[in-house]
Amino acid sequence: MADSYRNKSNSKLKQFFAGDLWYDFYHSPVALLSFSISLICLLLALTAQLIAPFDIFDLAAIDLMDADLPPPWAGEEGDSRFFLGTDDQGRDIWSGILYGAQISIFVGFTSVIISAIIGIALGLLAGYKGGRIDSFIMRVADIQLSFPAILIALLIDGVMRGLLPREMHDELAVYVLIFAISISGWVQYARTIRGSVMVEKNKEYVQAGQVIGLPSHIIALRHILPNVLNPIFVIGTIHLASAIITEATLSYLGVGMSPTTPSLGTLIRIGNEYLLSGEWWITLFPGAALVILVLSVNIFGDWLRDALNPKLR
Amino acid sequence: MTLLEAKNISIGFPSRHGMFVAVKDVSFNVQPGEILGVVGESGAGKSTVGNAIIALLEPPGEVIGGEVWFKGKRIDNLPEEEKRSMRGRHIGMIFQDPQTSLDPLKTIKQQLVETIDVHLRLGRKGSEQRAIELLEKVGIPDPELRINHYPHQFSGGMRQRVVIALALCGEPELIIADEPTTALDVSVQKQILDLMRKLCIETNVGMILVTHDMGVIAEVTDRVAVMYNSKLMEIGPTSQILSNPQHEYTKSLISAIPRPDKRIDRFPLVSYIEQVIEPEQAFNIKDHWLGQAREYTMPVADDGTILQVKDLCMRFQISNSLFKSKRRYLDAVKGVNFSIKEGETFGIVGESGSGKSTIARMVTGLYTPHSGSVNFLGKEISAINHTPEVLAYRRQMQMVFQDPFSSLNSRMRVMSIVAEPIMFHKLAQSSEEAEQIVLDLLKLVGMSDDAYAKYPHQFSGGQRQRISIARALATRPRFLICDEPTSALDVSVQAQILNLLKDLQQELNLSMLFISHDLPVIRQMCDRVAVMQFGEILEQAETEQLFQNPQHQYTQHLLSLMPKLNMLPGRGLS
Amino acid sequence: MFSFLINRLLQSIVVLIAVALIAFSLFKFVGDPINNMVGQDTTLQEREELRERLGLNDPFHLQFYHFIKNAAVGDFGISYRHKVPVSDLIAERAPATLELSIISVLLSVFIGIPMGVYTAIHRRGFISRSFMSLSLVGISLPTFLIGILFIFLFGVILRWLPTFGRGEVVSIGWWTTGLLTWSGIKSLILPSITLALFQMTLIMRLVRTEMLEVLCTDYIKFARARGLSEQAINFGHALKNTLIPVITIIGLQLGLVMAFAIITETVFQWPGMGMLFIQSIEEVDVPVMAAYLMMISLIFVSINLLVDILYAYIDPRLTIDGGSKHG
Repeated sequence: MADSYRNKSNSKLKQFFAGDLWYDFYHSPVALLSFSISLICLLLALTAQLIAPFDIFDLAAIDLMDADLPPPWAGEEGDSRFFLGTDDQGRDIWSGILYGAQISIFVGFTSVIISAIIGIALGLLAGYKGGRIDSFIMRVADIQLSFPAILIALLIDGVMRGLLPREMHDELAVYVLIFAISISGWVQYARTIRGSVMVEKNKEYVQAGQVIGLPSHIIALRHILPNVLNPIFVIGTIHLASAIITEATLSYLGVGMSPTTPSLGTLIRIGNEYLLSGEWWITLFPGAALVILVLSVNIFGDWLRDALNPKLR
Repeated sequence: MTLLEAKNISIGFPSRHGMFVAVKDVSFNVQPGEILGVVGESGAGKSTVGNAIIALLEPPGEVIGGEVWFKGKRIDNLPEEEKRSMRGRHIGMIFQDPQTSLDPLKTIKQQLVETIDVHLRLGRKGSEQRAIELLEKVGIPDPELRINHYPHQFSGGMRQRVVIALALCGEPELIIADEPTTALDVSVQKQILDLMRKLCIETNVGMILVTHDMGVIAEVTDRVAVMYNSKLMEIGPTSQILSNPQHEYTKSLISAIPRPDKRIDRFPLVSYIEQVIEPEQAFNIKDHWLGQAREYTMPVADDGTILQVKDLCMRFQISNSLFKSKRRYLDAVKGVNFSIKEGETFGIVGESGSGKSTIARMVTGLYTPHSGSVNFLGKEISAINHTPEVLAYRRQMQMVFQDPFSSLNSRMRVMSIVAEPIMFHKLAQSSEEAEQIVLDLLKLVGMSDDAYAKYPHQFSGGQRQRISIARALATRPRFLICDEPTSALDVSVQAQILNLLKDLQQELNLSMLFISHDLPVIRQMCDRVAVMQFGEILEQAETEQLFQNPQHQYTQHLLSLMPKLNMLPGRGLS
Repeated sequence: MFSFLINRLLQSIVVLIAVALIAFSLFKFVGDPINNMVGQDTTLQEREELRERLGLNDPFHLQFYHFIKNAAVGDFGISYRHKVPVSDLIAERAPATLELSIISVLLSVFIGIPMGVYTAIHRRGFISRSFMSLSLVGISLPTFLIGILFIFLFGVILRWLPTFGRGEVVSIGWWTTGLLTWSGIKSLILPSITLALFQMTLIMRLVRTEMLEVLCTDYIKFARARGLSEQAINFGHALKNTLIPVITIIGLQLGLVMAFAIITETVFQWPGMGMLFIQSIEEVDVPVMAAYLMMISLIFVSINLLVDILYAYIDPRLTIDGGSKHG
């Protein structure tokens, strides 16, 4: 008789597919399309090593004779091997985009996860404990919020440049980026979680737990946390988009990924110099890839927010 | 001439599961100067009727059948712009919560004058004059001064008067009042009802009063329409419906109302209500886990006292300041004394803000008292500080909460919710045994067999309250605190829960602290009762003695506000 | 009310001190200032003397005190790279950044708020839906990419507008302005729109969300039930209540414009403080970094204080005590 009770995961999944969220998703072309495009971008980027026609890190495979070739369908000089053209060093743009997207997505996802973990932990602590811990965490969050992610990331990058020798900096660039972006992103999670925790904390099921005698860490983790996680998915999705943008911006500004291990932002930076001389493909294709990626994630996040907000239905 | 006539109206809300019909085929009329009550339990569709008449249905709701006639003119098919010009001018509306009905950023003068301007075009001076007259009419003292105030500067009852004044701005002939007194305390409720009654008589305005409260219906309405499950059950003069209900539903509804005039043993439950599940005696409780092994390491005192509260005080800081002298405090509980004997139900009654819930939370240890003592089974609660003792004490004292929708964690299954205290206090040898105990407990509180695998949101309010009671019993407590356990429930469900609590108390010999604002409920449930106001106990007595011979002036006042309901059937028998 | 403002003022000061501490730590821990000031052939002893003279051997709190004292009068020392006082550098660059930021702020507020109100009122209309979709594109396009596209479109293909620099500027005292010459104004168009676009979409979406919340409240329903016109409800009641939360967040956003100017300035080679900052980071020019940081936070804190005062002015619940609940 207790079998069906134990068989949790199966029926949770069933519940999800029977629920309103899945129904809305399945019947919304916008949600389906944006989610599929995000997924395709993700898969393409993850499998770059397998599907990219050229290995852009392999210096032996690059021939300077191939430099600055336009796409074959847009100019006579094009080479059919490079269907989106090549950059100033003769690297295939399409392969560059695949590898670049991989780095962008890696930085984005990692930063989002780190921000979320820090933010959820601090938000839960602040909201549940209240008092001085709360004031302190929220004051730090306020100060942090006074500085946009870009500025904080630039500053951290500047400090790292001062502390680390040049070569090491290039090697560690990706970690510096992740560190900078996640440090500037936790506030949103913390604020949201704290707000929800303060609401949940006064609900009677929490008092019931206290009356039973449950210690506060069990109440906070087992009872409150599952009830406040919903908005995190929305924030996380939108944050993913903005983390990718931040990474691209930093790389564009020249303080992110180096040209030897380019992300999408670095590719755009490289091409920017040639834009005025008419070699538009070096910039515009990576730019378009970035926009497609970010836009589909943003649209999905926007849909998710509306779908989870009962008031706006 | 008939003021309003609703002919066979049906209202639907389209959704992906098809059309949800909230109101089915309802007909009634309202005469000038008359108050028609529309009564029903939650989900009956009573508010939807009111919203449909004033054409303010929440989207995507729509009238899907029937006609509404106002003074001989059909109004449900008018274009939107004409419907708007009807609102306020011919049909006004009063909402439930005066705290949120007024724009917080405008003075009430601005809001009144603006509304008068739209409908009467009296010019600036005229509008202001009219606004002051209206405030005077609804009983606001110093209207010339008060008119310049913002809503947050008024108390709840005064705000509801302002809301009524605003509804009267366009001199409407019909007012729809949707639960106008539900958010107010009893003493204020009475004043507002008297005001509405007076306005209807003086100005010949017709009123539709939507409420769940039979007391309000008995107090002011001329006729009453009883709704259940989207349908109109019966309609007729109030005295006739209350004293001699015809429909089975009305009969069961009226039987469930706690009687203010006498104590009865149990509520007679008329079975029309579908949810009624009378728990059968599933097992002999004396032989069961619940009845056994109540190894009382802490014996009750010789005189049978289980809980003793002395000089209990609680103070909250309401505004912070760097300077100590500038901080403001609220003394929520001031020097309260009482004691409870084993097997007794002790009631605390008072209006909101009287401090009664704060006491409950201090007794359970959710709040630490500012001063005074709580002595449970001979131990000072404040002196218990090492874990095993705290847990032993927690285990013996449990609580049933007010709001069945927030008192259960919506992310946990019923099984986990009820099993958690058993596992935590290690009251079962194995998880299989714990699960068996949970199943028995659920049976005991009258839940069906398959309840354990579901989530709380799959149950109604009453069923959730049963689960909540099962959880409270899961630690085998001796002392149960019930903080307004039924005030969020419909009256028919309330009767079932109160019966359940009475049965459990007898079977398990529980001692109870029962907190409520509702005097009739207190009379049905408690052996002794304390009356509280502003954090102090004014009077403490045996329940019957208090109801028959109240000593304190405030108790007498509260009793006088109690709805008389003297038309209820069977009164002559007592 | 008074204590509310005092409270905010104290908070602002704490923020400034915290930022000063960060800026000072830059000096302390990033790079050796002596190395940056002297040549290769300076002896160890000379270095030590210089160190002593500059107070670099003083205890931490004393050095910090000197740093704050100097910062308060705008003295951040001498740029490692440009070898001129940082204050001069900032003063030279500030007008360019301020002009760009202010114009963008005006654009984003005066276009963003009406668009937000419109999309909230006509929630299901075609134009609103298009605005909303466009705004998603707006927040998905990184600022620098917008800038690049503008340059490509208006500078390279159409050749209508200049794509870098401020054009001709006119000096008024120490201030230089591009607003008084035709080429200055033309140069401002692309950068200011680029900078404004992101803020505009943010403000529009924010106003829309807040307004939708307000439109769901009981007092709006009650206003409808009294027969007030949609006009009076939307603009008389809903808008004012919407603006209260919006003002705070807009205030916050405006502070951020200064920071986003870094990107725009880089794309359009705009000779402002942002470009200066980027260069200082690439070259680890600590005094410039510190000065920029302090400058930005000062502006930010001032804006927020102004917002708080405005807030208190609009919301009667803050200024008028609710204590007179007689009756």
